[in-house]
Amino acid sequence: MFQKLGLKLTVAVGVIVLVTISIFAYFNSRSDNQSLLAEVERHANQLSEAVKSSTEFDMLLNQRERVRETIMRMGTQSSINRIRIMNKAGAIIYSSDTLEIGKMVDKNAEACTMCHSAGQPLQRVDVKDRTRVFRVHPDSARTLGIINPIYNTRSCSEAACHAHPSSQVVLGVLDVTLPLAEVDKDIRRGQVEVVIFAIGAIVALSLIIGLLVSRWVTRPVRALVAATRHVAGGDLNYVIPETRNDELGMLARSFNNMTHKLGEARLQLFQSDKLASLGRLAAGVAHEINNPLTGVLTYSSFLLKRTKDQPEMQEDLKVIVRETIRCREIVKSLLDFARQSVPKKSQADVNDIISRAAAVVENQLAINHVKLVKDLGESVPTITVDANQMQQVFINLFVNASDAIGPDAGGGTITVTTARLTLSPLGITQIKQAQCPKRHSLMNGEVRIDGKPSIRIKARASGSEGFIYRDPMYGKTRHQFGIAPEVTTAAQVTCPDCSASLLVEGVTCPDCGSAIFAFEVPTKGMVEGCTSRECTWQRWAELDRLGDREFVEMRIRDTGCGISSDEISRIFEPFYSTKGQKGTGLGLAVIWGIIDNHNGTITVESAVGAGTTFVIRIPVEP
Amino acid sequence: MKADRDILVVDDEDVITHAVVRVCEAEGLSVDVAASATDATVRLAQRTYRLIICDVMMADVDGFEFLADLVQRQIRTPVIMSTGMSTMENAVKSLYSGAIDFIPKPFTADELLTAVRRGLMYAKLQDAASSASGARPDSMAWVPCPAKYYRLGYASWLAEERAGTVVIGVSDLFVKTIDAPTGVSLVAVGEELVQGSPCATITARDGLDHGVLSPVSGRVVEANGAVAAAPAALERDPYFEGWLYRVLPSELQYDLKHLTSCSSDRM
Repeated sequence: MFQKLGLKLTVAVGVIVLVTISIFAYFNSRSDNQSLLAEVERHANQLSEAVKSSTEFDMLLNQRERVRETIMRMGTQSSINRIRIMNKAGAIIYSSDTLEIGKMVDKNAEACTMCHSAGQPLQRVDVKDRTRVFRVHPDSARTLGIINPIYNTRSCSEAACHAHPSSQVVLGVLDVTLPLAEVDKDIRRGQVEVVIFAIGAIVALSLIIGLLVSRWVTRPVRALVAATRHVAGGDLNYVIPETRNDELGMLARSFNNMTHKLGEARLQLFQSDKLASLGRLAAGVAHEINNPLTGVLTYSSFLLKRTKDQPEMQEDLKVIVRETIRCREIVKSLLDFARQSVPKKSQADVNDIISRAAAVVENQLAINHVKLVKDLGESVPTITVDANQMQQVFINLFVNASDAIGPDAGGGTITVTTARLTLSPLGITQIKQAQCPKRHSLMNGEVRIDGKPSIRIKARASGSEGFIYRDPMYGKTRHQFGIAPEVTTAAQVTCPDCSASLLVEGVTCPDCGSAIFAFEVPTKGMVEGCTSRECTWQRWAELDRLGDREFVEMRIRDTGCGISSDEISRIFEPFYSTKGQKGTGLGLAVIWGIIDNHNGTITVESAVGAGTTFVIRIPVEP
Repeated sequence: MKADRDILVVDDEDVITHAVVRVCEAEGLSVDVAASATDATVRLAQRTYRLIICDVMMADVDGFEFLADLVQRQIRTPVIMSTGMSTMENAVKSLYSGAIDFIPKPFTADELLTAVRRGLMYAKLQDAASSASGARPDSMAWVPCPAKYYRLGYASWLAEERAGTVVIGVSDLFVKTIDAPTGVSLVAVGEELVQGSPCATITARDGLDHGVLSPVSGRVVEANGAVAAAPAALERDPYFEGWLYRVLPSELQYDLKHLTSCSSDRM
């Protein structure tokens, strides 16, 4: 049950408890002992005073029989061992033990030494010093004795019998002894109780500590160890349930975070590995293709030279030469791509590139009865691009669009538009990922705002609780509220999965002063929002910092068959093809790579049956 | 020295050798074919050639080994390298290894012919130089590049400037291998050049366009408009007045490894 750490902690706690309780028990028992004895002493003193005063009058009257009788009677009580009175000479005059009457007591007897140890006997002694605890035999129970000196008073010296001269100070001593058996029994019982209590406490505490250690330490540690084994075994999707908020919970969270990041890195590695093998493939293919291509190009260009007088052949041959050169450029760009060589970027007019690409595919489109409509913006700025690569992008997209329309549709339209855009990040940036501090995704695909998954958070205020679906477009506020309309400010905003609070401590909304909450967009910083329903304030500091940017936007819209939402997420993956034998599955991956190389973005919007639009945005300032 | 044949083409692909034979014979040049480097060595033992066109990627002995072998055996026949792996690395390596030119496959008939013309002219100049001054060949027929310059092959040069920029241009020998230049077409300022890839086109009087391979990678910060307007400057003073670009190099130290110092030409 206990692993090493648990056992160690339990033993350590047991030892500490043992020592603590032992010290406590020692002092406690000593003080108990002392207070009990003090009580008995007080009691003995009272008793002794009672004997003294009850016999005093009889003594003054010299009623010796009465005195003896009183002492005898009192001495028979079970709580009293013996009562005796000794005169100044040490002779026992009265005693509850009749046998010792008349005997002399040694001055060195333990009852006498207190006063008689010095040369001149003491006359006045404290109660404390008048008592003594002793054993009659070594085996017998302890006994408490108290000495009470009987002082000479005027009534004594002036009494009728006049037995004592007035010069005497102490006339005799009253000695009372009490058995301590009962007290000793009480003390022993107390000690046994303390020992039982100590053992019980140690066992109980050890068990409790053991259980708690097992629950709070051993089990989560074991879960962590199991998780490391899973991860070591290659399962990077393994997640430790994050149910705790202590240090081990933090460790589990950071462990999960680490595996998550590792998973992402591995995916990236996988992707780049794919691209690397694509590169090797390309390099091998380039050599093989270039040789036959040399035959085509050399002969066709040679023919072109030799048939200068045959204009009808010239046109066709020019197409062969031009297209073979384009092949050459494509193979070369594949080689460049494989060797990460510098793209040949220059300032280029996108409209020109599109026109050239359109001219290349014109015939192919005509066969499918596809019309290519160019709606090219006039004030589109030139951008720094590799014109050949960009032309390849457009040719591929046009051919894809033509394939999507298909030969059986009886025709269709590809519309290509270009425009200059100045984009503030507000309202155009979609939040595609959002997560709580414990990395639960807040994205909700069921409630969509403008077709995009919303961000779901849980809000609570004065007895009302529900979800708020935040608009995923940064800067827009088409939020949907699943809470009562009278709730205007949420008191608590949490993750719907783990109830971790999303509130930002100590910061208030600059617009309305309400509390604010925040969630993380992985690798892109925090997005903050206001808890007030009326307030539209939100901030994505990292994005805002970049400010407005100028883009050239190119849209290629077709009226083809569209792409299903399952496929749409995969179309930019290398080797993903819907064309079966017809395609290699590289086209869109290469396009994505080219656009990415130009710091641009390519997105796709599509609906099955309604057609597809590819949107490319390339920043004017690279 | 009169060579037996004009050209030896070495390539293990029939379609290439056939095409080269077809194009060159149409120009009245005599061409022999070798299907491998070993075959070529055999042929070189039997005949002399004015020019060799050699593939890089061949089955047994590759083009670079063949080139090294020629240098070792002191066969001074100029070699043009060609390959389907038409990367800048191969181009630069070819020129550094002693080839006079590099034509990436696939090439057009014109691209092949301009390279062949330059190659033959180079061979002719070489012959003329060695016969004109027996002891010191290469000295009179053209002006070698200044000592502090670097060159890529024989054709283009680079000169470092104090500001960190470099100036590039074409060599006197390159100008002499083409018919008199009548036009120079330069890329725009801001363009990125890649070492070993064409950076300018020089049109000769005979109408052929000759590509100039850039000796350096970097961004063009200034183009010599004067030389574009008056190409004759190239013939007059190719190392100073006839410069082509001022370039901000991206990786000069790396690029310099593949260039030959012009001081080594003046022994």
